[in-house]
Amino acid sequence: MNGRRLLLGAPLAVLAVAAGGWAVMLDRMREGEFDPHTLPSQLIGRTVPDFSLPGLTGDGITGADLQHPRQPMLVNFFASWCVPCLEEGGVLTELAKQGLPIWGITYKDQPAATKGFLGRQGNPYARIAVDLPGRVAIDWGVYGVPETYFIDGGGIVRWRYAGALTDTVLDRDLLPLWQRAQKPGTS
Amino acid sequence: MIRALWAAMLFLALAISPAGAVSDPNELLSNPAQEARAETIGQTLRCLVCQNESIEDSNADLARDIRTIIRQQVVAGSTDHQIVAYMVQRYGTFILLKPPFNPLTAILWITPILALVVGLGIAFIAMRQRRRHPIQGPPPLSEAERIRLETILHP
Repeated sequence: MNGRRLLLGAPLAVLAVAAGGWAVMLDRMREGEFDPHTLPSQLIGRTVPDFSLPGLTGDGITGADLQHPRQPMLVNFFASWCVPCLEEGGVLTELAKQGLPIWGITYKDQPAATKGFLGRQGNPYARIAVDLPGRVAIDWGVYGVPETYFIDGGGIVRWRYAGALTDTVLDRDLLPLWQRAQKPGTS
Repeated sequence: MIRALWAAMLFLALAISPAGAVSDPNELLSNPAQEARAETIGQTLRCLVCQNESIEDSNADLARDIRTIIRQQVVAGSTDHQIVAYMVQRYGTFILLKPPFNPLTAILWITPILALVVGLGIAFIAMRQRRRHPIQGPPPLSEAERIRLETILHP
């Protein structure tokens, strides 16, 4: 009889464990630590692929530029038609002010539209290249804009974030990473 | 009458258009064998934007670009394996609708076999126990009971 009662309790126990797991998952989703739609970047721990893109106004960007950077930097894929790109403008401006060079690559965006966007929003980018066909983005494994890549002083991609950057993401991930990358001898 | 004719033509056009989201006929390759190969490859790849549709079924911009790349590579003579490897190099194994077997996916692949083995084990133990302790029928009747039964059945 005791055994049978134990058996009846088993499904409830399984359900309780599953509910606990789901609660943790939902909590981490709410905190922004976990996003089931995010897929891991294949570039982490590697250098960026070879490419060459024309500049929006001045210099363009090549793979070699980013494979041998002089200091840690950020690469941000964006477009004037992308709403989250609008949202993260303030965060990027703040980062640029703190001294982190940010290079932008526009994704499927007409140069005139990009210029209008930057005119309205301000321009946090030290350099901007144009990827109108979006092929270089595919080589990077970009699956939406905005996407932001942190490249350390050795040219290795250390971090990728898909979606609008927020202060929370900065404090939790990017700023500690940048601090570590600035220390000589550790990367 | 003319309107009905148009409706019928539209219906036909929709009915015979190929499956998937390829809406622009310019996307399709003119060589049917190459097009079929490209579609087969596209159906095994996940659209990174919608995540539960194949590249071939999705209307997303990125899916259309990847369909184009697949067709360019098919025409250029790449093997299926090379094209899939090209995509995995960029987007990881997540792009494969059928996940490969590796330590991360082992539980996923082994679970059905594990369930079968556990089920067979339980069935085997239950059967052995039944054989060792067969269900006992009623004990045979004693002489007095047999005589009593006779008198009841044949009074």
